[in-house]
Amino acid sequence: MSARLGPVAVLAIVLGIVFFLTPLIVTFAFSLWEGGDRYGFAAYRSLVGDPDLWASLLLSLRLAAETMLLGMVLLVPSMIFVHLKAPGLKPLFEFIAALPFVVPAIALVAGLSALYTGPAWLIGTPNYLVIPYFFLALPYAYRAIDVGLSAIDVRTLTDAAHSLGAGWGQVFRLVLLPNLSTALLGATLLTLTIVMGEFTFASVLLFKTFAVYINDTGSSKVTEAAALSLLSFVITWAAMLGVLLTGRNTTDLGGTH
Amino acid sequence: MPALLARAVPWLFVAAFLAFVAAFMLAPMVTVLVQAVWGDHGPTLAYVRQLGEYRYATAFANSLILSAAAAAVGVVGGGLLAYALLRPGAPGWLRSAMTSFSAVAANFAGVPLAFAFISTLGTLGLLTAQLKRLGIDIYGLGFSLYSLGGLTLTYAYFQVPLMLIIITPALRGLRAEWRDAAENLGATVWQYWWRVGLPVLWPSLLAAFVLLFGNAFSAYATPYALTAGNIQLVPTEISNVLSGNVMESPQLGAALAAGMIVVMTAVLLVYWLAARKAARWRR
Repeated sequence: MSARLGPVAVLAIVLGIVFFLTPLIVTFAFSLWEGGDRYGFAAYRSLVGDPDLWASLLLSLRLAAETMLLGMVLLVPSMIFVHLKAPGLKPLFEFIAALPFVVPAIALVAGLSALYTGPAWLIGTPNYLVIPYFFLALPYAYRAIDVGLSAIDVRTLTDAAHSLGAGWGQVFRLVLLPNLSTALLGATLLTLTIVMGEFTFASVLLFKTFAVYINDTGSSKVTEAAALSLLSFVITWAAMLGVLLTGRNTTDLGGTH
Repeated sequence: MPALLARAVPWLFVAAFLAFVAAFMLAPMVTVLVQAVWGDHGPTLAYVRQLGEYRYATAFANSLILSAAAAAVGVVGGGLLAYALLRPGAPGWLRSAMTSFSAVAANFAGVPLAFAFISTLGTLGLLTAQLKRLGIDIYGLGFSLYSLGGLTLTYAYFQVPLMLIIITPALRGLRAEWRDAAENLGATVWQYWWRVGLPVLWPSLLAAFVLLFGNAFSAYATPYALTAGNIQLVPTEISNVLSGNVMESPQLGAALAAGMIVVMTAVLLVYWLAARKAARWRR
């Protein structure tokens, strides 16, 4: 570090690095602890052999995929149409995208449980979680897609495609989605991050997702929980790396705190 | 007919989205707000008044104190870190490494974060044990990870990076010419910050503070996994009512949730006002 950095700046950077790295390094060391002075990969071996881990991981991945799919069907086309046909509705969409911030997850789940006590095909399976997850991801997905939409000339592209005889299906499939692929990938990865870490809804509604599995493990097996925490960090890291590499647009922030 | 259908398609998609939002976001929100003031025999303020009971007043006080502390730590820590990294002397690779790391850490929260801190600084944590070996018994000295202070420290792990991300554009907006001009006129570093830097930055800092406050206020998974309900917070109290851990009517849970919505609405309004004021200095 050059001498032009004042002591305050150097101190801030050093403290920041120490604070960020310490929990990760110590948690890794802790995950290797086998009791006493023995260290090894016992926690990791026991996790790999636990079918519940794979079941919960797969469930969370499936829910993430379903949430993305719902976003592609429900959010992307309506945002494009508002952009094209009804810019007057944009403030309403901005307002809706801010709602999940105003209604925290725990408050939304209170409302959902009070309002919907059936039917069983809706609320009885883990797929029910896709509904709240859609809203958790909405502010971030909205921002990413909005940035993508303002970066391309949607109107000219659409008019050109229509004038060549394309229907809406072709316009979406062949023109708009490829042009928005970067923004959509960004939104997708943010959704993945959020859903993989989501605990509130799954825990209250009693579905065993990945985060719930980590919590259950932590109550009895501490070193396994440490290993899982690191795995979760790696998943977040991989998804965010993807956002940074593909998007090059502003990284936004998840909401599963 | 196909032409008519083609014209209707866009509106069908927009309508579907709005209907979905109305059914699963607005309706639950209204349900919570109405349920909070609606008893078995019509409108009542009994449940809202119940929030004044010791247990729930404590929960709100704890949540507000924790959120304010976690926001303050985030603003100061993240602000200083962002400022340090933007100094001309800071190496570029470190700046980009920290920015990328912040994107991850700001999203790394909830249960895994809680367990990372338990592994590190919990009663059986590795760092706690190592420090004890060195003769520093942090729990003997009054530290506890399972306290409001410990929660604040844990929250800092996502608040500081979040601050770094949201304040960096505002700090970049502080033009070097302003500083040069102040220095040429004989201003000290402190005078520059007091007379130029902070007056320009304060709307951004306020916007960041309330955003971090809201972020901490709505956090549920982290305190749940960390304190197992030993510290009363509004979100954990709501889940206690929902899961039947306490014998309370659902209306009380709704009143608690309505309280959260009121706080978060205030947070968002302050944020919007501050962000609008902050935009004045951007071009």
